[in-house]
Parts: sequence; structure tokens; C-alpha cells
Amino acid sequence: MAAKKTTKEQVVLNDYESVIIFTPVLSEEQLKDAVAKYRSFITDNGGEMVHEENWGLTKLAYAIDKKTTGFYIIYEYKAPAEFVAKFELAFRRDERIMRFLTTSLDKHAQVYNQRKRNGEFNQNKKEKQQEGK
Amino acid sequence: MSRPKTQHNPAMVFNTTPETPLKKKYCRFKKNGIKYIDYKDANFLMKFVNEQGKILPRRITGTSLKYQRKIALAVKKARHLAVLPYVADGLK
Repeated sequence: MAAKKTTKEQVVLNDYESVIIFTPVLSEEQLKDAVAKYRSFITDNGGEMVHEENWGLTKLAYAIDKKTTGFYIIYEYKAPAEFVAKFELAFRRDERIMRFLTTSLDKHAQVYNQRKRNGEFNQNKKEKQQEGK
Repeated sequence: MSRPKTQHNPAMVFNTTPETPLKKKYCRFKKNGIKYIDYKDANFLMKFVNEQGKILPRRITGTSLKYQRKIALAVKKARHLAVLPYVADGLK
């Protein structure tokens, strides 16, 4: 940690993606506060936001804590390696969070996410939905 | 020299008579140049699990080993996030 931060330029930022499932009992206001809280948590701890996605109230494939729905929030960000442990500790302490998963993104994942954001997969999605049914 | 099992392969449903040549299996990731499997895309991952939510073997989907490993990881991540179920009945 100390070796990495001798000068500001030497801090290595890795790419991560965190998916968080908030409990469905939150009101819209509470959810907004929580989302904003973790967004600022990233930027305050030496990270950079890349993208944020909100799936809204989504049905779960199985019940978690006897709840069948949840708010899915996806943060894509750049951060130093030490940051993830801090971030996940905050998730564990937060009772509003039912489930979370942080993944590091490789170069293919970044390309994929970038293309998805540009809406290049819309056509595929329709086909996928038709095949899925 | 026995033929590989074909009757269980959904891709070869139409090749039930022995006279018709078997359609060769291929890896869809290599063919279409897909490099990353999104664990958040339930519709896509649905193609690689059976009705009970189990991961389908390579011998049925034709996926190459490299991408089968990635599928397995993506399905497991999706299960953790309740995008896919751990156990199911009549998923399709």
C-alpha cells in the first residue's frame, strides 16, 4: 500500500464492477440516498465512477431473506486494489443490502460493457428474448 | 465405431434418421467472436442450463473448453445474485 502511493501518479487503478441488491422495503427516497451514498463512497476513497446502472425493482430467481424482489444497482468504477475490501465491509455492515458481488473486469468485459452502454446489443436482446420464450 | 448419442441433443432433433448426415457441433463463442459472457444476462445464460437449472455439459452445447469454464463461472455468479436459480423445476 505504502509503496504504491509514494506519488499520486503511481496509484494503480483497476476496473471493478459491483452489483448490489437492496431490500424491497426501501422507499424511493431511501434508495436514492443509499445509491448516492455508495457513489460518493467510491469517489471519496480514490476511485472513479465509470458507469452506474439501476435495474429498479426486479424479481429474484429465489427468495433471499424471505423477499422475492430487490433493487439491483450496478456500479462500474476504477479504484485501487485496497478499496474493494473497504467497500465490501461497508456492504456487510449495511442492513439494507441483501446481496452483493464485486468482480474485476478484464479487457473483454470492458469492451462488452462499453458496447452495451452504446446500445449495440439491443437487436441481440430482442432475439434472445424470442429464443428464451 | 458407434455414433455419438444424438437423441438427447436438442440441436439435432431433426437428424433422427441415420441416413441424414449429422450436423457438426460448433462452439458458438468461437464462431461468433464472443469474448465475454455477461453474468447479468439471464436470457443468454438460460441456453446453457437445463430445466432444473443445472449447467449443460460441453458434449451437448458444443462449447469449447475455454468458454465452458467461463460459462460455468458466469452461471455461478448469476446464481449468487439470484439472476438464475440454484434449484428449479420446469425452468423452460
